Amino acid sequence: MPTIVRWYVKAALLYLAIGLGMNLGAARWAVQPVAWHLFATGWLTQLIFGIALWMLPSFTRERPRRSDRLNWAVFITLNAGLLLRALAEPLTGLPGRPWWLTLAALLQWLAALGFVINVWGRVRGPRRPLRGGR
Amino acid sequence: MPRLSVWTVRLALLYLLAGFTIGALLLVSKGTGWNPGLWRWLGAHQEFLLAGWMGQFAMAVGYWAFPRYRGNHRGNPTLAVLSFVLLNGGIGLVFAATFWGLPLLAWGRGLEAAAALAYAFYAWPRIKPTGA
Repeated sequence: MPTIVRWYVKAALLYLAIGLGMNLGAARWAVQPVAWHLFATGWLTQLIFGIALWMLPSFTRERPRRSDRLNWAVFITLNAGLLLRALAEPLTGLPGRPWWLTLAALLQWLAALGFVINVWGRVRGPRRPLRGGR
Repeated sequence: MPRLSVWTVRLALLYLLAGFTIGALLLVSKGTGWNPGLWRWLGAHQEFLLAGWMGQFAMAVGYWAFPRYRGNHRGNPTLAVLSFVLLNGGIGLVFAATFWGLPLLAWGRGLEAAAALAYAFYAWPRIKPTGA
């Protein structure tokens, strides 16, 4: 399993524990959206991202996961955005915090865009030959 | 990857992008108070990501990766195709309910339930030891 995939899956496992823990424990109304997003984005979506990078058909022989630089950028922006949201959302009423949420939104949106760009060319049928390969 | 999985994984990726776009706008609205009317799109955000992205991606990868029958084939694809048509029809109706109300929501959920049933009927025999 490639390094980038292991980071995705291990981060996803951490979010599973944190998200479920928050749902079970301090289930105050203010943190419920955070707990739900840590579970749905941090665990489920991040796990799918990691496993998709691993399992989808290779882009080329030389670059099976297309751009690993973009894959790392997606990993960093997704997690930075999610963590920023988790910190900022319960504090939305305080001055200055709205920009944290806007930045969190932008980071997570960029992560989704980067993932789709990097993966789109790998979703292909069996008859299309590998580029730069055979 | 079979053609059906190619199309449905790509659809799932589009739902991912649409769902995250709506989610990002909702988060900006939450933080800044900008355009509170956006919150009527919350249902679409949830629907696109849960059913359109996660649900559809899992179904598409299952169709691709579950053990095949002897002769290396995936069986009659009609039920599988039907399940994806029902799923996306259901998502479309649930999305339309954002603007045109509850009856569409009920029909949309009904189609999604039928999609799940059709997919389960299709996939059940493929959950078997490889080569069996």
